[in-house]
Amino acid sequence: MTTATTIQPDYNYKVVRQFTITTIFWGIIGMSVGVLIAAQLIWPVLNFDTPWLTYSRLRPLHTNAVIFAFGTSALMATSFYVVQRTCQTRLFGGSLASVVFWGWQLVIISAVISLPLGYTTSKEYAELEWPIDLLITAVWVVYAIVFFGTLVIRRTSHIYVANWFFGAFILTVAVLHIVNSLAIPVAMGSMKSYSVYSGAVDAMVQWWYGHNAVGFLLTAGFLGMMYYFVPKQANRPVYSYRLSIIHFWALIAVYIWAGPHHLHYTALPDWAQSLGMVMSLILFAPSWGGMINGIMTLSGAWDKLRTDPILRFLVVSLSFYGMSTFEGPMMAIKTVNALSHYTDWTIGHVHSGALGWVAMITIGSIYHLVPRLFNQKGMYSVALINLHFWLATIGTVLYIVAMWISGVMQGLMWRAVNDDGTLTYTFVESLEKSYPFYTIRFIGGVIFLTGMLVMAYNTYKTIVAADGSIKPQELGESGS
Amino acid sequence: MDYATFNGLYTLFLIIIFVALILWAYNKKHKKSFEDIGNSIFDEHQDSTTCAREKSEQTGAKK
Repeated sequence: MTTATTIQPDYNYKVVRQFTITTIFWGIIGMSVGVLIAAQLIWPVLNFDTPWLTYSRLRPLHTNAVIFAFGTSALMATSFYVVQRTCQTRLFGGSLASVVFWGWQLVIISAVISLPLGYTTSKEYAELEWPIDLLITAVWVVYAIVFFGTLVIRRTSHIYVANWFFGAFILTVAVLHIVNSLAIPVAMGSMKSYSVYSGAVDAMVQWWYGHNAVGFLLTAGFLGMMYYFVPKQANRPVYSYRLSIIHFWALIAVYIWAGPHHLHYTALPDWAQSLGMVMSLILFAPSWGGMINGIMTLSGAWDKLRTDPILRFLVVSLSFYGMSTFEGPMMAIKTVNALSHYTDWTIGHVHSGALGWVAMITIGSIYHLVPRLFNQKGMYSVALINLHFWLATIGTVLYIVAMWISGVMQGLMWRAVNDDGTLTYTFVESLEKSYPFYTIRFIGGVIFLTGMLVMAYNTYKTIVAADGSIKPQELGESGS
Repeated sequence: MDYATFNGLYTLFLIIIFVALILWAYNKKHKKSFEDIGNSIFDEHQDSTTCAREKSEQTGAKK
């Protein structure tokens, strides 16, 4: 085999560097807004009686920032890195990659301005109004051209599995976004638009979009990340490449049907609800296929977890992925959903996926990337990575445990009835009981955010150090 | 053909495709090529973190 003697292709690392830095930046912004609105739920005075700072406007800003600014920047950084290295060729399309970067930043800035001003379609995770939707579509098409164009000009005979997941994510998000965002503006000069769908159809389209944003953006995309960075960081090939093929096709075939579980006991036809429930249960199998494949990649090399906190991030993220993809199908069961729906349990579930899986696999991947992008042999401080790991883990656990308890309590209180059929508790009574858990959630969020700041510092020190001046370290060596 | 029959046959068709996919992926003939693809992420070019390690390997005793 020929290694080390071949000349490195002139990879486009500039766009990867840009997206990597913005991932950290938008992560801090998005999570700070999350911490602020978590604080508002405890101290409502924190909206300062300003419309722009009300919970109703900042909550979509938080979700859009963490999903589309933090998460999607991370996906764009890693997909551009992985597709070049596994195809052994420079990104297709020359400066089109820069168009993707600046176009996407423009989308994010538009969201940061328009959401606090109150412009919203009121569709969850698709709140951005029609002019921004058009911009997203344009940027996404360029993204797809660069990514798939690179696959076409690849110098390898095969397409490595990570690219299959990235490809599925890019294609499906395009379809989801265009179909769900179909709307008619009130006037060409107006930001306001109305969806072309109405009633139960609108609800179904919205949650077909919403759940597949979870399935293809927050799952398939990040699985693409997992299939490259876990084997690379562990320095072992993926546990079973054959399992990855089965798991890929099963996952993308089933995910698309699970949306109705967001609409249990609503005006959606009963058969559609039941179909969504069954498909969500089936989804458990391909989800765990991916988790097992990732975790088992470490089999025979578990000792690496002792010295490598980056690997800890990656493996713990897979554990959270396994946990939340078990919890998800359980919550999709109608009778369980009758208890969990509209309570904080849902918020806990989402954050076990968002903080535990999405953020942690991203953080691990970025710690792998930064030294390679900025000509260093390792991060500035491995001890700080380890500190970040513990802050992230403790923050996530505090958050989700608080929301579990609060959610189940709310569900039980809301359904309790007296002998004469009247409700035992008022809504406000359940809210009062939730306050302690809101405080724990806030503390968990602050801890997680602190970890992100540690990461920003560590990244800054790595970037400004002279090329190659940082020596590779292991945990417990000098400097820790 | 009514709608229900079509749905039944379509489901059957998808099951056959899926089983065929499993048989194809787990066919012994393809085992090696899939393992090679799995390993392919390691026969890429050096990056800044591997230079030092590879150099020290090269200066070491011939294996």
